[in-house]
Amino acid sequence: MDTFIQQLINGLTLGAVYAIVALGYTMVYGIIQLINFAHGEVVMIGAMVAFTVINALAGSGLPPLAVVLIGTGCAIPVCVLVGYAMERLAYRPLRRAPRLAPLITAIGVSIILQNLAMLVWSRNILAFPQIIDIKLYNIAGATITNVQIVIILTCILIMVALAALVYRTRLGTAMRATAQNPQVAGLMGIDINRVIAATFAIGAGLAAVAGVMVGTYYGIAQYTMGSILGLKAFTAAVLGGIGNVPGAMLGGVVLGIVEALGAGYIGTYTDLCKISGISDWLTQRCANDGHFVLFGSNYQDVFAFAVLIMVLVFRPSGLLGERVGDRA
Amino acid sequence: MQRAKFAVTLFATVMAIGLTGCGEEKKPEAPKPEAAASTPPPAATVEIKIGTVGPLTGSIAHLGKDNENGVVLAIEQANAAKITIDGKPAHFTLISEDDQADPKVGTTVAQKLVDDKVAGVVGHLNSGVTIPASAIYHQAGIPMITGSATNPQLTEQGFDNIFRVVGRDDQQGPAIASYLAATEKPKVVAVIDDSTAYGEGLADQVAKTLKSEGVKVLAREKGTDKTTDWKAVLTKIKGEKPNAVFFGGMDATGGPLMKQARELGIKAVFAFGDGACTDKMHELAGEAAEGLLCSQAGIPPQAASKAFLEAYKAKFNTDPILYAPFTYDAANLLIQAMKEANSADPKKYLPFLQKIDYSGATGKIEFDAKGDRKDAEITIFVMKNGKVEPIAVVKSGKTIPFDEFMKSMGGA
Repeated sequence: MDTFIQQLINGLTLGAVYAIVALGYTMVYGIIQLINFAHGEVVMIGAMVAFTVINALAGSGLPPLAVVLIGTGCAIPVCVLVGYAMERLAYRPLRRAPRLAPLITAIGVSIILQNLAMLVWSRNILAFPQIIDIKLYNIAGATITNVQIVIILTCILIMVALAALVYRTRLGTAMRATAQNPQVAGLMGIDINRVIAATFAIGAGLAAVAGVMVGTYYGIAQYTMGSILGLKAFTAAVLGGIGNVPGAMLGGVVLGIVEALGAGYIGTYTDLCKISGISDWLTQRCANDGHFVLFGSNYQDVFAFAVLIMVLVFRPSGLLGERVGDRA
Repeated sequence: MQRAKFAVTLFATVMAIGLTGCGEEKKPEAPKPEAAASTPPPAATVEIKIGTVGPLTGSIAHLGKDNENGVVLAIEQANAAKITIDGKPAHFTLISEDDQADPKVGTTVAQKLVDDKVAGVVGHLNSGVTIPASAIYHQAGIPMITGSATNPQLTEQGFDNIFRVVGRDDQQGPAIASYLAATEKPKVVAVIDDSTAYGEGLADQVAKTLKSEGVKVLAREKGTDKTTDWKAVLTKIKGEKPNAVFFGGMDATGGPLMKQARELGIKAVFAFGDGACTDKMHELAGEAAEGLLCSQAGIPPQAASKAFLEAYKAKFNTDPILYAPFTYDAANLLIQAMKEANSADPKKYLPFLQKIDYSGATGKIEFDAKGDRKDAEITIFVMKNGKVEPIAVVKSGKTIPFDEFMKSMGGA
């Protein structure tokens, strides 16, 4: 039982990060129906910038929390700038082009950002300075660290703040109006370009926070870290219903938990020695070894994409439904 | 038009003559001063060329230079000793080449050494470069001894003139496993690998050795060489309460693994192979890396014989970094075999090299049928204050504490 709770905690932390990244995908998709495949790279840039700052300040004697906050404070403007530049240079000129065109530029931007990061921060795996003193807390036999608690709480805070922004402010109203019908929203006096740019900027800012979280949680950063994270967050967005803000949050958390539980239990349930009686060959092999695991925990990454396929086959509009239906 | 063509041809011809001229000029010049110095009676000297190859440029150039220094020292001592071969005084010259740690460059310079008609080669440094280059030396019938390439495949090719004086990667698994079993006496051990040929192979050997020592080994857990999130795997392992965990993989994945294990409150001893036997583990895992055990093929340079260490220090005014004692021994082995055969002809001295019994800076050296060193040492390290430090040496199944091993080498 405590193993199960531990896996839930692991999954929840992972899911919280996925959720924040997924928000970036879903907000952009909700407004301009573009899957911004470069979003994962923005997360990576956030982690890299934070790494540089934290590394520089690690020996300065500042309290660790302040160092991480300064790191985040530097990562956010850089990522917002990257997000804005991306929209301005690669997507806005293609606003009226067929939908495939911006999708391809998105992949191009992703490759450019990755290679730029490689040039700036090298191909090596960068080790985040271990400045935070990790404390363990016990919950029903499972452990949770102070970093995990901060990650989960920050994610909840961000989700609440974002929901308030979308549903309670003028900018949020403008965003929803643009999502429903850009032409009409424009006629009502909304500056669509500004709204779209703001959406990209907010998504990129969230990505920066996620990047810092991933970096401090795992302690490493590399120029390739954004691609798989981005794909999983995209899966989370689709799982919740792409374009749907609460959906992205739910999708992220569900995906994180599915992954943690899947990786934790797949080996146990695909151990062929449990049914070793069915063939002589198997009996013999299990007598030698005791375990004959068909799928091990290295299939962890497969779960996210198996979920993606299942959702697309059985419920293409996601758990909470797509927001595209709003468009006439 | 015609004139222009003629001018170009003329220019090219002049250039060509110039180039070959330079080439011819250089060759005899290099050995000349030394030759004159060490052989007062001229004429009847045997000139023996020995090649050494390693990365002398690039990110591991310092290791290449260290390897080269070992050979330089051996050759200098051999010349000072006034060895006679076939009744004539022998003079050894060193031809040093740079393989840039690149397999393509490695084969090119290997061919160059063959064309230079060297009698033997010490090198290369990297396994990935040594393996393709070894085929060229094999074709030419020139003996090659590496002091640092540990990949088992090198001596599995069936080449009778390729040797290594350092341990093999696949001797590491049994060594670290038996050390773990003997010192930590674990009842249950979890074995994890990164699904690569290196990690899986190492983990297999560790699991096999542990089982043969009566230790319970849990079902193998796997990640990939890009895994950063080990929490799911570690949580599962934690439920089984192992006393020790072995991971077959590199430091890039091993560091996060160890950090996350401590975050989950796993208190087991962690053990790794040479891929994660670096100070980088401390960078990646922080304080969590403290106390980890790991293994490396060979012995650390400070454990080499006193005579060698003093001579090295006197000549280069620095301490050997990593493999210099091994390349020093490798060069001496070539010279010793030539002495025993009374010939520098590779065909004649090769049989003597295969059967050699020599006591060098790294201890007693004999080769097995494959060309690997018999009873090669594996050193066990422990992470202490952020640095991996040698703690024991495993030799022919026996574990010797590092201090005792140092003493035994100092006496030799």
